[in-house]
Amino acid sequence: MEKMSRVTTALGGSVLTGRTMHCHLDAPANAISVCRDAAQVVVAGRSIFKIYAIEEEQFVEKLNLRVGRKPSLNLSCADVVWHQMDENLLATAATNGVVVTWNLGRPSRNKQDQLFTEHKRTVNKVCFHPTEAHVLLSGSQDGFMKCFDLRRKDSVSTFSGQSESVRDVQFSIRDYFTFASTFENGNVQLWDIRRPDRCERMFTAHNGPVFCCDWHPEDRGWLATGGRDKMVKVWDMTTHRAKEMHCVQTIASVARVKWRPECRHHLATCSMMVDHNIYVWDVRRPFVPAAMFEEHRDVTTGIAWRHPHDPSFLLSGSKDSSLCQHLFRDASQPVERANPEGLCYGLFGDLAFAAKESLVAAESGRKPYAGDRRHPIFFKRKLDPAEPFAGLASSALSVFEMEPGGGSMGWFVDTAERYALAGRPLAELCDHNAKVARELGRNQVAQTWTMLRIIYCSPGLVPSANLNHSMGKGSACGLPLMNSFNLKDMTPGLGSETRLDRSKGDTRSDTVLLDSSATLVTNEDNEETEGSDVPADYLLGDVEGEEDELYLLDPDHTHPEEPECVLPQEAFPLRHEIVDTPPGPEHLQDKADSPHVSGSEADTISLAPMDSSFSLLSVSHALYDSRLPPDFFSVLVRDMLHFYAEQGDVQMAVSVLIVLGDRVRKDIDEQTQEHWYTSYIDLLQRFRLWNVSNEVVKLSTSRAVSCLNQASTTLHVNCSHCKRPMSSRGWVCDRCHRCASMCAVCHHVVKGLFVWCQGCSHGGHLQHIMKWLEGSSHCPAGCGHLCEYS
Amino acid sequence: MRKGDCQGKTPIVMAEGENEVRWDGLCSRDSATRETALENIRQVVLRKAEGLRSVKETPSCPSDGLSNTASLDELNKLLVHLLMLSKRCPFKDVREKSEFILKSIQELGIRIPRPLGHGPSRFIPEKEILQVGSEDARMHTLFEESFAALGRLDNITLVMVFHPQYLESFLKTQHYLLQMDGPLPLHYRHYIGIMAAARHQCSYLVNLHVNDFLHVGGDPKWLNGLENAPQKLQNLGELNKVLAHRPWLITKEHIEGLLKAEEHSWSLAELVHAVVLLTHYHSLASFAFGCGISPEIHCDGGHTFRPPSVSNCCICDITNGNHSVEETQVNSAGNVSVSDSFFEVEALMEKMRQLQECRDEEEASQEEMTSRFEMEKRESMFVFSSDDEEVTPARDVSRHFEDTSYGYKDFSRHGMHVPTFRVQDYCWEDHGYSLVNRLYPDVGQLIDEKFHIAYNLTYNTMAMHKDVDTSMLRRAIWNYIHCMFGIRYDDYDYGEINQLLDRSFKVYIKTVVCTPEKVTKRMYDSFWRQFKHSEKVHVNLLLVEARVQAELLYALRAITRYMT
Repeated sequence: MEKMSRVTTALGGSVLTGRTMHCHLDAPANAISVCRDAAQVVVAGRSIFKIYAIEEEQFVEKLNLRVGRKPSLNLSCADVVWHQMDENLLATAATNGVVVTWNLGRPSRNKQDQLFTEHKRTVNKVCFHPTEAHVLLSGSQDGFMKCFDLRRKDSVSTFSGQSESVRDVQFSIRDYFTFASTFENGNVQLWDIRRPDRCERMFTAHNGPVFCCDWHPEDRGWLATGGRDKMVKVWDMTTHRAKEMHCVQTIASVARVKWRPECRHHLATCSMMVDHNIYVWDVRRPFVPAAMFEEHRDVTTGIAWRHPHDPSFLLSGSKDSSLCQHLFRDASQPVERANPEGLCYGLFGDLAFAAKESLVAAESGRKPYAGDRRHPIFFKRKLDPAEPFAGLASSALSVFEMEPGGGSMGWFVDTAERYALAGRPLAELCDHNAKVARELGRNQVAQTWTMLRIIYCSPGLVPSANLNHSMGKGSACGLPLMNSFNLKDMTPGLGSETRLDRSKGDTRSDTVLLDSSATLVTNEDNEETEGSDVPADYLLGDVEGEEDELYLLDPDHTHPEEPECVLPQEAFPLRHEIVDTPPGPEHLQDKADSPHVSGSEADTISLAPMDSSFSLLSVSHALYDSRLPPDFFSVLVRDMLHFYAEQGDVQMAVSVLIVLGDRVRKDIDEQTQEHWYTSYIDLLQRFRLWNVSNEVVKLSTSRAVSCLNQASTTLHVNCSHCKRPMSSRGWVCDRCHRCASMCAVCHHVVKGLFVWCQGCSHGGHLQHIMKWLEGSSHCPAGCGHLCEYS
Repeated sequence: MRKGDCQGKTPIVMAEGENEVRWDGLCSRDSATRETALENIRQVVLRKAEGLRSVKETPSCPSDGLSNTASLDELNKLLVHLLMLSKRCPFKDVREKSEFILKSIQELGIRIPRPLGHGPSRFIPEKEILQVGSEDARMHTLFEESFAALGRLDNITLVMVFHPQYLESFLKTQHYLLQMDGPLPLHYRHYIGIMAAARHQCSYLVNLHVNDFLHVGGDPKWLNGLENAPQKLQNLGELNKVLAHRPWLITKEHIEGLLKAEEHSWSLAELVHAVVLLTHYHSLASFAFGCGISPEIHCDGGHTFRPPSVSNCCICDITNGNHSVEETQVNSAGNVSVSDSFFEVEALMEKMRQLQECRDEEEASQEEMTSRFEMEKRESMFVFSSDDEEVTPARDVSRHFEDTSYGYKDFSRHGMHVPTFRVQDYCWEDHGYSLVNRLYPDVGQLIDEKFHIAYNLTYNTMAMHKDVDTSMLRRAIWNYIHCMFGIRYDDYDYGEINQLLDRSFKVYIKTVVCTPEKVTKRMYDSFWRQFKHSEKVHVNLLLVEARVQAELLYALRAITRYMT
């Protein structure tokens, strides 16, 4: 059938010619439709109904169908459609609810053929059957769709949309009996023309009215819908549930959508309000239109591709009373002007950004990115052969690397793992953490911990050796010196910032310039390219993914070993802990409070250690003499925390915050605290320190943070026999009425810790399975799967 | 001399700081918080009362008279607020405690206020209206939300609660417009509300929003008249006027004038916000008059300190701008004959049935249809209540707007031809929504929901009949209102309106929509005599929303034209 129509519709094999042109109509157009010979177009509106011939250079008015003495509402058209089989047949939908058919073959001046007055409200859409000569479908505001046989006086069947207004109806091009209808409440329905009693399928496609839909001319079951929610969605209707394949976000409500012939992924849209342009989208690239036609001065109301097999001619009618023919090659292509841009910060301090070439080139002292790097970075880009995204505007990619060794974040990981944050008296915590910091060679941090201990705890408890030691160090590199502090020991944020600055004029900085020719090469090669020898073809979207690979391939920074007990802990969330969390770390407070009491009475040092002019001696004096309450220092401690956070060492800020708990919390505003917490947790998670991050979450007092580990705690389980989801909470599967969690080793029901293989889903008591797998690598259930336990 | 005053005043002034009354604690959902807030209020009130009494008992310093009245005023304000709470708070504990406080004040020998009038509406008997405290769970949550947002339950809410589904959407929208994110500052929003309500001399809404305006920190000077407000708001006056009375005259020049006024110009987003607010309050004024909403207990005219014996002569105080003179002469027209009005309902139902059946048989010609619309349009001009006398608006309200003579005028009465607005070319669903949502995100959605609920609301009942499809009647009412604004539906047969809406009903509709300040209880009583009050409120909801939509359509179309 399709072959035949191709042969008959093509212009005798000749190629369509023409140019971008427009003509003025007398009145705003509501809809247009093209004759199958691709040489005529009909324009309909409230007070216009004309046929124009499309000639090489211009539109020529051929026929005015609006005849008669008095203007009738029957001629006020909301929609018009030209039959794709019969050149003489047209149908219009009138705003007063009348469906009119027109026969151009009639000898009289009035070409009106039939009048169907069955709809009670405005008819929004009419549609001819693609292959059947006499079948016409209409959809109306009154919520009904009617199917007419043009040989009869009234409708053959009526389809009810349950009193929701119908906005569009479209016969499927491939399935003879199927049509789709879209509704004002956001639903799309599929109907079988033979079964008017109920729809075959219904689903909610959009939020708010669905204004239009269009079946893909080639891909069976692909339906594009456009709605008031500014989206165009492409649905695959062949599966038993309509699946959303693509979604294009436009800037205004979508009034019409039309697939572009011969281009599988292209569709054209126009808007109902505000935006006057016509866009052609590649559905796989949903943010930047592939082409844009900007001729109209008011909203475009009708679009049609001139010929079903020619992708380059688009016709459009508009409220600005003009009819346009657009040529694809004359379209403006926003993609060409859109430079891929991006900025990403690597885990180990590397920085990559892509920007417009001219911007990057403008800076002097740059060298193009070359392969002389110590740690090769592999650029990877998947290329889809079908993607016609060539001809992009090119951008330059710059990568700044950390100095090897200097950028190691080993100290961060070590610190995170070894710090004690709760569970012991404050003094012990401080001492412990000071020790950790010292061992990692971070003397300033160690000193800070010691000072905190002095401020908040009874001085008598401080081992003098320890105090002296840290104080001695402290006076060597006291706080006022901080700004000139050795870069290597500095906090990561500061370090990388300076590094960034440095790299601007540095010979070590690497820049890769990409040009379109390189892009073409890689496109043709269709291979993954290695950054070290070939300039990579870089796209914005890929930059982000890059970072993962970056450190995975990095030989020096092998990942901190994954904590082994992660899985069991995660898999069996302890209920009571979750309940406990919101009130905050009570146990911490309880324990931390006791030293606090003693501390307040003995009181502590003055400002002295913070001030460089004071000697160590005066510190010890102050230790015993002054009677300043710890509150006195809260301002100082607060400033100290801010200082660390500002330097990028959010780890220190958060750790101190947790350890000191209520003592400082009230001095720092909630938002800042939350900000620190989230940054620290984010960092921990990027280093895959799940346990530490969870501990921090648990210990945090900020409500927004502490609820982080309470999300998605649900575990969905399938029955091991029937493989269906276990819906009830009990031990027995609803469907097969068997106990779901049987131990594969002892064949008893498992209550308590249950471990199972994610490969074959067999499992049992933790102990049993552990024992079993020590001796055998096969699944205890005998399914032959090689289970692994780690 | 003033200095002396101050000297005497000192102790009271000193106490002021700690005597600060904080009402917001009462809005909390936590009963303990409310408890402490109430206790705090109790102490403040008692302290003030004691202070006042001790001053009274020591008449040694006569110069105290001035400060005395000042502090008495202050106390009275508190008492009135307590009275309002005791009647209108959704929380039982607050109601009881407020009443208890009032009682204990009375025991101190201080006169306490009592509510005036007969419940939230003068048209609807109090017993028909839901009592606070007897609402069901759904209404209770609505009340709580409303109370939490505004610190009060206004009479409009109490009348609208006949239709909780709508009320929910209404409150949500109003809350969003007044209190949530939006381009306009809070005091502007209330001031625009005042401007809009004042166009219809709706003292009820004006009073309510004057309080709110001051509460959010508005400059009291602005309240002396529009000429004291910033130039920017003054510029809006013209649009307000046209929109309220003759929206079909709005052109893109109006819009341009507002958007391009040097330093006083509006941004598009601000303008849309303002337009939505204006239409909301124009229509709400219609509702307030249409349902005869009484003044709030805590506003002027809602309470009295006079003892109950003189109450009879107070009724005329609470007219809310309506002429309620004939209201006191218990109208006899209302209960003429039950059989008569019973027949009315039957006849209406019969007509609906006929229309349903014979629709397909005789099809009117196109010219016929057009002329029917024109006729309905023309006829709507002449449906005006017979008691159409000129009113001079109450003084305090009139100062909020200028050009009092500008009112609803029918389109072609003066030979000026205004082209018919065709919904098929510019409708809310397709065009208006998109524009509003673009410039004032989320509000389009909220208003859209409200329209839908109002238009589709039905209980399938008509007076004493059940299982009636009322869609035809609702559509007739909706389209009749739009017809008065010159908005035409191509697919509607305007002959239906004549069949379904009788004259007294048309008079009521026309008056409520176009000149709400002229609505009387007689009008309210004389249409649809057999119908329930809830159904009459339902009609009012339709009127409100249809009016909002009509005004919005004209305003938004002008904005669209300006933009293209």
